[in-house]
Amino acid sequence: MERPLTEHIRKDLRPLTLKEYEQAGGYQSVRKALKGMTPKDIQSVVKDSNLRGRGGAGFLTGLKWSFVPMDSTIETKYLIVNADEMEPGTFKDRLLLESAPHQLIEGMIVSAFAIQATISFVFLRWAYKEAANHIRFAIQEAYDAGYLGNDILGSGFNLEMHLHTGVGRYICGEETALLSSLEGKRATPRAKPPFPQVSGLFGKPTIVNNVETLCCIPHIVNKGADWFQKLSLTNDAGTKLFGVSGKVKTPGLWELPMGITMRELLEEYAGGMQDGLKFRGALPGGASTDFLVEEHLDVKMDYVSIAAAGSRLGTGTMIVLDDKTSVVGFVRNLMHFFAQESCGFCTPCREGIPWIEKILTSLEAGKGEGHDLHLLDFHTKYLGPGNTFCALAPGAMEPLQSALKYFRKDFEHYIAEEIQNTTHPLPATRKRLITDISKF
Amino acid sequence: MVLFIDNKPHEVPAGKNLLEACLTLGKDIPYFCWHPAMGSVGACRQCAVKVYKDENDQKGRLVMSCMEPVVNNQRISIEDHDAKEFREHVIEWLMTNHPHDCAVCDEGGSCHLQDMTVMSGHNYRNYNYKKRTYTNQYLGPFLNHEMNRCIQCYRCVRFYKDYAGGKDLDVFASKNNVYFGRAEDGILENEFSGNLAEVCPTGVFTDKTLKQHYTRKWDLTMAPSICQHCSVGCNTIAGERYGSLRMIANRYNGDVNGYFLCDRGRYGYEFVNAADRIRKPRIQQRETDREALLSNLSGLLNKPGVIGIGSPRASLQSNFVLKTLVGEHNFYHGVSDSEHDLAELAVKILREGTVRTPSTKEVEEADAVFILGEDITNTAPILALAVRQSVRQQPAALAEKANIPLWNDAAVKGVVQDKKGPLFIATLTTTKLDELATATYRATPECIARLGFAVAHALDNAAPAVADLSENLLVLAEQIAQALRTAKKPVIISGAGCESDAVMKAAANVAHALQKENKNTGLVYTMLECNSIGLAMMGGHRLHAAFNAVVNGHADTVIVLENDLYRHGRKSDVDAFLKACRNIIVLDHSMHATTQQAHVVIPAGTFAESDGILVNNEGRAQRFFQVYESKDMVRESWRWLLDIGTEAGNTRLSTWKNFEDITHAIATSEPLLQGIDQVTPPSQFRVAGQRIPRAPHRYSGRTSMQANINVSEPKPPEDPDSPLSYTMEGYRGMPPSSMIPFFWSPGWNSVQSVNKYQQEIGGALKGGDPGIRLLEPATTGTIKYFEGIPEAFKALEDHLLIMPMHHIFGSEELSARSPSVAQRIPKPYILLSMDDAVSMSLLENYILRFYIGRYEYSLPVKVSNAIPNGVAAVPYGLPEIPYTELPEWATTRAPKYLHTLTPTYTPKHQNT
Amino acid sequence: MLSLEETHEIDEAVKIVPYRKAACIEALKIVQEHRRWISDESLREIADYLQMSAEELDSVATFYNMIHRRPVGRHVILLCDSISCWVMGYENIRTEIMQRLGIKYGQTTADNRFTLLPNPCLGTCDHAPALMIDNDLYRDVTKDLLEDILGKYP
Ligand SMILES: Cc1cc2nc3c(=O)[nH]c(=O)nc-3n(C[C@H](O)[C@H](O)[C@H](O)COP(=O)(O)O)c2cc1C
Ligand code: SF4
Ligand code: FES
Repeated sequence: MERPLTEHIRKDLRPLTLKEYEQAGGYQSVRKALKGMTPKDIQSVVKDSNLRGRGGAGFLTGLKWSFVPMDSTIETKYLIVNADEMEPGTFKDRLLLESAPHQLIEGMIVSAFAIQATISFVFLRWAYKEAANHIRFAIQEAYDAGYLGNDILGSGFNLEMHLHTGVGRYICGEETALLSSLEGKRATPRAKPPFPQVSGLFGKPTIVNNVETLCCIPHIVNKGADWFQKLSLTNDAGTKLFGVSGKVKTPGLWELPMGITMRELLEEYAGGMQDGLKFRGALPGGASTDFLVEEHLDVKMDYVSIAAAGSRLGTGTMIVLDDKTSVVGFVRNLMHFFAQESCGFCTPCREGIPWIEKILTSLEAGKGEGHDLHLLDFHTKYLGPGNTFCALAPGAMEPLQSALKYFRKDFEHYIAEEIQNTTHPLPATRKRLITDISKF
Repeated sequence: MVLFIDNKPHEVPAGKNLLEACLTLGKDIPYFCWHPAMGSVGACRQCAVKVYKDENDQKGRLVMSCMEPVVNNQRISIEDHDAKEFREHVIEWLMTNHPHDCAVCDEGGSCHLQDMTVMSGHNYRNYNYKKRTYTNQYLGPFLNHEMNRCIQCYRCVRFYKDYAGGKDLDVFASKNNVYFGRAEDGILENEFSGNLAEVCPTGVFTDKTLKQHYTRKWDLTMAPSICQHCSVGCNTIAGERYGSLRMIANRYNGDVNGYFLCDRGRYGYEFVNAADRIRKPRIQQRETDREALLSNLSGLLNKPGVIGIGSPRASLQSNFVLKTLVGEHNFYHGVSDSEHDLAELAVKILREGTVRTPSTKEVEEADAVFILGEDITNTAPILALAVRQSVRQQPAALAEKANIPLWNDAAVKGVVQDKKGPLFIATLTTTKLDELATATYRATPECIARLGFAVAHALDNAAPAVADLSENLLVLAEQIAQALRTAKKPVIISGAGCESDAVMKAAANVAHALQKENKNTGLVYTMLECNSIGLAMMGGHRLHAAFNAVVNGHADTVIVLENDLYRHGRKSDVDAFLKACRNIIVLDHSMHATTQQAHVVIPAGTFAESDGILVNNEGRAQRFFQVYESKDMVRESWRWLLDIGTEAGNTRLSTWKNFEDITHAIATSEPLLQGIDQVTPPSQFRVAGQRIPRAPHRYSGRTSMQANINVSEPKPPEDPDSPLSYTMEGYRGMPPSSMIPFFWSPGWNSVQSVNKYQQEIGGALKGGDPGIRLLEPATTGTIKYFEGIPEAFKALEDHLLIMPMHHIFGSEELSARSPSVAQRIPKPYILLSMDDAVSMSLLENYILRFYIGRYEYSLPVKVSNAIPNGVAAVPYGLPEIPYTELPEWATTRAPKYLHTLTPTYTPKHQNT
Repeated sequence: MLSLEETHEIDEAVKIVPYRKAACIEALKIVQEHRRWISDESLREIADYLQMSAEELDSVATFYNMIHRRPVGRHVILLCDSISCWVMGYENIRTEIMQRLGIKYGQTTADNRFTLLPNPCLGTCDHAPALMIDNDLYRDVTKDLLEDILGKYP
């Protein structure tokens, strides 16, 4: 089984020096791209490879790049790698950042060349201290070796690279909020359109890609689109870093072909559930994906199949729910996270998620009320995509709505039966006090 | 374009967003974060509607109407179940933390949040948990802060920071804990802070002066008024209850002030309520009644030797009646000779020249601005607000190129970043607009004029060239000329603030040179007072001539109309003049140095108690209406003068009975003021046979409010001068645009009901924006380029050229009397250059003693890096400051005749 | 007054961005690195240096949770409270730390040694529960390990 992203990562996780990395075949793609290929060539091989962004949304990378204006009058364009990894349950980029910094830098150089960006940033989460050191060192090495700076390898292509470490907050991972943050502003997302590809960092065309996405690029350029496509067991190309956390025997992170089943991941790699515990469900790709349950265990882990099963592949890092852990507590913990991390810009998210958290907390404390589930339902209905300003709140609703679907009894359990029957459901009993405003 | 709303087709203009389009059609969609002047950001999510792909799409998707451009043949639904339910929930979310304290909230009854809550149908609370609470801040004399009411629409920061350029208000923290305020308690510094009370859709920021005599807005008697505190003439709504003026609010006028007022205009009104207002006539300090007064006066006036002195802060009507009373030859403009000449010069240039003077709105749309000599933030604040918007015009092209509609505020800011269009400012010292300027030039009026002349010459060789211009200035002149030449709508701004005709002429030359190539050039002159231009357009002589007339014995009786002569003449001249007058008759509403010396004092109405027309600096004649019938013996000046004239047997005056007769007479006898009788409909005007009510239909307490005096309800006063009634009775619909006493529409109790009064959102009022422009340029140019370029300024040893410096608070007479504004008046100072301070061994706050003529002054020093050497500036209009003597040379070395000196203002602290 | 070292580092950050203000987060980090937290005074100094108002800078500073606008102890404990750590029982660790140190979230021990803060997912969920003290990450933390871990921080 090929594991292009992790094959040269040492057992002890110490990153390779530039020399070692070169010896292992590193920076080939930079030579190949800058010397023998046009930006257009690279864009088309990436497009043909069918690579989907690994940041969560699974947007086709080649397509995203194709929106960048390529006329030569634009003096500055930016490439940014999103290394803000902060989605609960997600710990995949950490490995690539800490143990393979040169692979990322290589991917960034080739990608920057592909869109003709001249300035690049690594937007790194503050907590990744070790990664910061390794990347800082690797960037310096790359400058010294002439892979960064002016006239890289005599190709005439220039690229600056800077490391920016963040100062907290999950929303910085949302690509437009990330841009605001890099501009030295509050990390509030921006409305799209205009898309960052047209008006991004400092108003200039900008591409933001996930760490894992960009780490795929050197391999695609070296070995071709077909090769990349064939790494996968299904139509969604490539390998993927898959992780499992929760009460399994051997939680961990593995590079595996796209399309392995949840069951394989859970049982073969994560060693199955801890003794005495049963699998109840899992968030397949981080905190903002829908629960999948037992019946889905044979679903293939790729963007299309997981979506067909009613969830999202997200970041590919699965959080497992066992039968001894409270579902309501589980969801309450997630809602606490999302409420804390809301940027505070738009109403439904800012006010709605804390309300949900309060309801769940009061359910857990045995103070549930008849209309509580109805209130949770309306939140899942109205904090969906498009209704809020960015995807944070819709993401937050995914575990909630699926928990309400698959584990509704667990919620009802907290509401005394008499109340359930008396004050439920709410809208029918609610009267409109004022109907005609024109009288007012 | 066609837009299907709930399956009905509507014609809508292109380029709008769905929310604007729907509101323009008269539809009701609730919203918060969107503001017509500031565009959309999509934060509140209140304005959701459904959009359908095509007529077969049954499901549709929710969109925020403020963020969605109108597309031809688009199908949307406002009434859709999901859209309605979502909007209701948005309110419900906002309400989870809102305190529901409407009963004790100043905003109650005119609250956009209340309106939107009712509109959305949310009326049942499902949220059972604790609300978050905040502590509030002290924000100075103008605004209250009650953060618990905040619904986080972000409008306040977007207005204060982004629109008005304020620095000391921002949003802090995040998630459901965001806080809008200052870094710490303190006075909000921006000149436009008061607008927060209107921009905030609920009661977080409310008018602090209103709170001191609080009245629900539905309980106010209101009239359309005009701000009296600078020459821009912003349209206001003035509200009264129990005989005192309670509030000034914005009255939308798309051409003049749009949605905003400055703090001088909003808070300057309290002089009306001053305890020491003149309320009864006085003869020789003794109160008297009407009959005694009139008979006394008719005795005086029937003798020869009566002159009248008018006023730039009195209405055309009052000035004109005075002029008629004393006769054309005996009527003097009550302004300093420099003010008189500069105003006449402005009128001449704007009438006889070929360049049009733009409205404030047009200044906002200018894509290159050159300001000569005028610190407009302090002399014409709303104009400065317009200039702030103008620098966004050129960079907006970037947005258009990227296909971003201009209403998409955050996105436009994203592409534009910190790019600004051309703005050049040449003033004596730093101004607040400098932060936006492409280049600034600090110089005396002479040198500013030279720069202007040089720019004109750079634009057109036929304009006179400036001799011995420094290399730097040549480059700057070239740069400015280039920027103006390439602009589509360049505007040149100058004014009377630096008291230099050379500067105003230089500005005219620049504008004329531009106009040759670009017909869209604009030229703005700002003046010192609200009716400076109106007065200049009415014939009259200089003030000095009045002084001479009396001192030389040609006259001995003077009628002074709403004027403190000490604000316009040199102190020594006014002293001598008043001393020489045998009879001094003053009509005014407030006590001042001139009233104190009057033999006869007549209680005049303030703007709130009067009808009148003012002409603003654009030459726009605008009417203000009496808000309430004056109490005691207070009357409009023109009404007193009519009575006095009638009593004295003046045949012309005795034929005029009311406001309209006078206005008609002005229109027929003053050639430059033709047409002013068309400013508002005549007093006989009725809609459906009814008057237009000054009070909202919910006005309460009318039958009982005077019950402590008399249990029978008195007959309401009748207005002989206008079609407005003093009560809530009358026509309920929309009045003509020039007579809107308040904005209200069913379901829209807040100021935001103005949407319903506009032809299209953010556009002109239905029926056109009020006011009539009297100054249009000559169609065939007659003005030749001005010559007479001044010599460059040279500093003199041991001398300082003292210049007046204008302040938004303190420089204008009436607003300075308002207690809230008084708190913001600067302490007296003299501003010196660093070099001059060093050479005189002075530090900040040290006292500089200087001498003008026979007078000695000492003022605390302020040091500036920007003011040129050899010049100093002192605040205009402060009682301690000799501003009427200025500009003038002062010596800093005590003159030999020291024993004759008269010390004036001496501050307490002395140099250590 | 910003130290020479601080201004030098800020100047470097300013070079990377198109206008001064854009380096403000970098500047906050730099000064916090030197002073441990951002006092009102520090805030004003940075704001002046970057030609911003205190309000404008504080608006940014208070948005992010790793800018400390209140004093912190010599060591800051960041305890992950997100989902995987919750599943793996971080709450016991929390109770233990609070008891040992006698502080709650947001508080600093009387000897100024530790400040305890909750923190979202530390990105090491396969080794939950996790916590960070200053720059050091601790994984698979158990109650028993706490004694040793805390002991490393005088
Ligand atoms: C609230 C929120 C947080 C996000 N956090 C991250 C993140 O930490 N890392 C990341 O790569 N993408 C994150 N994303 C996704 C990004 O917005 C963006 O889609 C991604 O960086 C694009 O990269 P890709 O196309 O390579 O996947 C987040 C999105 C949202 C809505
Ligand atoms: S959904 Fe709204 S409040 Fe939540 S993070 Fe996104 S923009 Fe901010
Ligand atoms: S008005 Fe449209 S989102 Fe606020």
